[in-house]
Amino acid sequence: MLLAVLSGFLLAAVAPWLVPRLGAHAGRVLALLPVGLFLWFASLLPAVGGGETLLWEYAWVPGLDVQLGFLVDGLSLLFALLISGIGALVTLYAGSYLAGHRDLARFFVWLLAFMASMLGLVLSDGLIALFVFWELTSITSFLLIGFAHEDKTARQAALQGLFVTVGGGLALLAGFVLLALAAGGWSLSAVLDAGDAVREHAHYAVIAWLIFLGAFTKSAQVPFHFWLPNAMAAPTPVSAYLHSATMVKAGVYLLARFQPALGGTDLWVFTLTLVGAATLFTGALLALRSSGMKRMLAYSTVMALGTLTLLAGIGGETAAIAFVAFLLAHSLYKGALFLIAGVIDHETGCREVPEMGGFGRAMPVSFAVAVLAALSAAGVMPLFGFIAKELLFESALGLAAWQPVVLTLTLAGLVGGVAVAAVVGLRPWIGRPVTTPREPHEAPLDLLAGPALLALLGLLFGLLPGLAERGLLAAAAGAVHGQAVTPNLALWHGLNLPLAMSALTLVAGLLVAWRWDGIRKMLVGLGFVERFGAERGYDAGMLGLVRVAAWQTRLLQNGHLRYYILTTLSATALLLVYALVTRHAVIPPWSSSGVRLYEVVIGAVVLMAALVAVTTRSRLGAVASLGAAGFGVALIYVLFSAPDVGITQVLIETLTVLMLVLVLFRLPSFLGLTPGRIKLRDASISLTIGGLMSWLLLDAVAAHHQGSISRYFVENAVPAGHGQNIVNVILVDFRALDTLGEIVVLGLAAIGVYAMIKLRAEDRRRRGKEEPR
Amino acid sequence: MEALIALAVGVLTACSVYLVLRPRTFSVVLGLTLMTYAVNLFLFVSGRLTLHGPPLIIEGIEVHTDPLPQALVLTAIVISFGMTAFLVVLALKGYADLGNDHVDGESREREDRK
Repeated sequence: MLLAVLSGFLLAAVAPWLVPRLGAHAGRVLALLPVGLFLWFASLLPAVGGGETLLWEYAWVPGLDVQLGFLVDGLSLLFALLISGIGALVTLYAGSYLAGHRDLARFFVWLLAFMASMLGLVLSDGLIALFVFWELTSITSFLLIGFAHEDKTARQAALQGLFVTVGGGLALLAGFVLLALAAGGWSLSAVLDAGDAVREHAHYAVIAWLIFLGAFTKSAQVPFHFWLPNAMAAPTPVSAYLHSATMVKAGVYLLARFQPALGGTDLWVFTLTLVGAATLFTGALLALRSSGMKRMLAYSTVMALGTLTLLAGIGGETAAIAFVAFLLAHSLYKGALFLIAGVIDHETGCREVPEMGGFGRAMPVSFAVAVLAALSAAGVMPLFGFIAKELLFESALGLAAWQPVVLTLTLAGLVGGVAVAAVVGLRPWIGRPVTTPREPHEAPLDLLAGPALLALLGLLFGLLPGLAERGLLAAAAGAVHGQAVTPNLALWHGLNLPLAMSALTLVAGLLVAWRWDGIRKMLVGLGFVERFGAERGYDAGMLGLVRVAAWQTRLLQNGHLRYYILTTLSATALLLVYALVTRHAVIPPWSSSGVRLYEVVIGAVVLMAALVAVTTRSRLGAVASLGAAGFGVALIYVLFSAPDVGITQVLIETLTVLMLVLVLFRLPSFLGLTPGRIKLRDASISLTIGGLMSWLLLDAVAAHHQGSISRYFVENAVPAGHGQNIVNVILVDFRALDTLGEIVVLGLAAIGVYAMIKLRAEDRRRRGKEEPR
Repeated sequence: MEALIALAVGVLTACSVYLVLRPRTFSVVLGLTLMTYAVNLFLFVSGRLTLHGPPLIIEGIEVHTDPLPQALVLTAIVISFGMTAFLVVLALKGYADLGNDHVDGESREREDRK
């Protein structure tokens, strides 16, 4: 299993080396891997179809008891088969579609990596692994949308897709963490077993909303639907694969996956049905408003994703069956239609539907495939799309709350769906031939094999629904529903309400398609879609983000060294006050070990010296008082049993004063630069910090002395270190490595000083040489 | 005595912060040096003040003060000297190359004067 998931990544790693060597056969050879995976997953069908759930577990971080688990039940197997199956066809197609492209190898690297990530996503048992694969699909999708990276729109679309999906991914991660805490386990199996505990958990609403956010962004639900049509900047095989059949379905996969654990509550049903229905309707409307073939298909994908969300929200046995049936039907027909759109682009150079017409004569096979797929998309008997649509109506009719709203939106949306299917299925092919950038001609076998196979499968499953149902869909619907279901997929359910609704949408949809040009113009005239659309919100959000970034950079990174220090110090002071106040409500007592006169004298010397150093306008005076303060501090060390420290301080102090006096006259004299206002501000901050330091010190001294490691040093200085001076033993023996670090620091400082002096001397010499000229 | 030293540490810190906030490099160097006194003294006193108890294992000394803060302070003094030396030369170099001893450079100095 591990190999099955990782093989895509492995092949992606060697693809740059492999693809140039395979030449024109690259697509065909690389497609062998997904084909093999498809066959392997198909071999699991009998077991899973029998209701089994297969689990693979590998030790990932054994020390932390973290497992890498893979779970195969009906739902994940359905997805795995779609991913590997369509993946094989798309790889084959891409080999021909992008033949001769200079970045072909790069393309395959990303495509295969994407396929592997997607497989990992739907097969992972662990929530963390699922999340990692989830983000990997976002990243590979970003790379694939931005494949034409020299094109500005492609870059923008890629970035937009990344921001939206990764933003949702963050919410998802938080949701997963809460979910795992609520369920008491990090695996899907644990979460699905702990459904009641999760639904009754105090944070259920938060968990559900965070997971919704992840799913809605990935699956392009309103109001995040805008990134998907823009993602059409990707090469067509990518659009067909990622943005119709697989990646965008990750969100609805998640919803279906957690439906048994999280679903059924009012929040779940209400949110998902309304968002789903709204997305369905919006997608249909925007599809009819567009003119580019891929864009229309993208919006109709948005519509389909809304349908799936709606079905995941409704819940129950019928909806579960409808969900898996619609998922399969949509993947088949939408994959086929996208690939056909690519064929048209490739063979005629046309992308806009209004500019197409009469290609049927030159491309009869493509025409037949397109009609077949469009019939399934429109939900016409006897194709599989029809069965899925019937089930959708049946589920929507079974909805208890908000039924009129949901039903109206669904019906209206499906009318649009039929119209879109009719437009893309008929418009390019019939009518008078038009002049095109390229002379229309039939596509090669590699380009046609994929869409033809997908469209034919749609017909096959429609005629023989039991074929798909027995092995796979029953098990998948069972996984969505949470218990075994007995679907009864059939073309003919008798004369009933769903059939009537189906017929209604069909007739109305055909009418819309007939009058499409006029309707489209009318819809385009509705400017408010652009003015108030969700994409505007995204743009405004990005602009705001940039502005905030610029504002806070100007505020915090303003280039004034003093303001940096001021900010740092103020923040430290605030934190210190907070810590001191929360720990002690009162100022600690003035603990005093008795004061002798000479101590007071030393203290006074230090105080006076410090104050003089600040206030004097004479540099020599400042340095002298600095020295006085330093020697005062040294005396304090000596007085309180620290002879070594005192000696060192005296030595260093002497050197420092000497050094400062030496450079004193090389720098310009003081100038009164700073206005009084700023001086006052600086003084108040200084006094605050100083006061806090005093308080902190008193607090530290008053605190109970915990058992220190010092005892060890005192006791072991002679036996272990053979030294009588404990401080020396600590420095050169117990903590010798720290002392080595100190020496290194000193050495670096010395090198720095030497280098600067040396450079300066050289500068002067050079200047001296230049001057005479 | 702790209170007195606490006061000294407070005043040293306040003075050093004020100096560090000055626009001239020389003041900043002075301020940083002063700050090392304050911090070292702080570290030293947090290990308690002991009279007549040097951390030496020789006849006649029964009480040993905590040697660990002393070791820390000893290291800190030496390192701060290295830092001061480096800063002094840096300030000199900056002045020699830029003709200006303002911490933020000449353009900032003009801004300050406005």
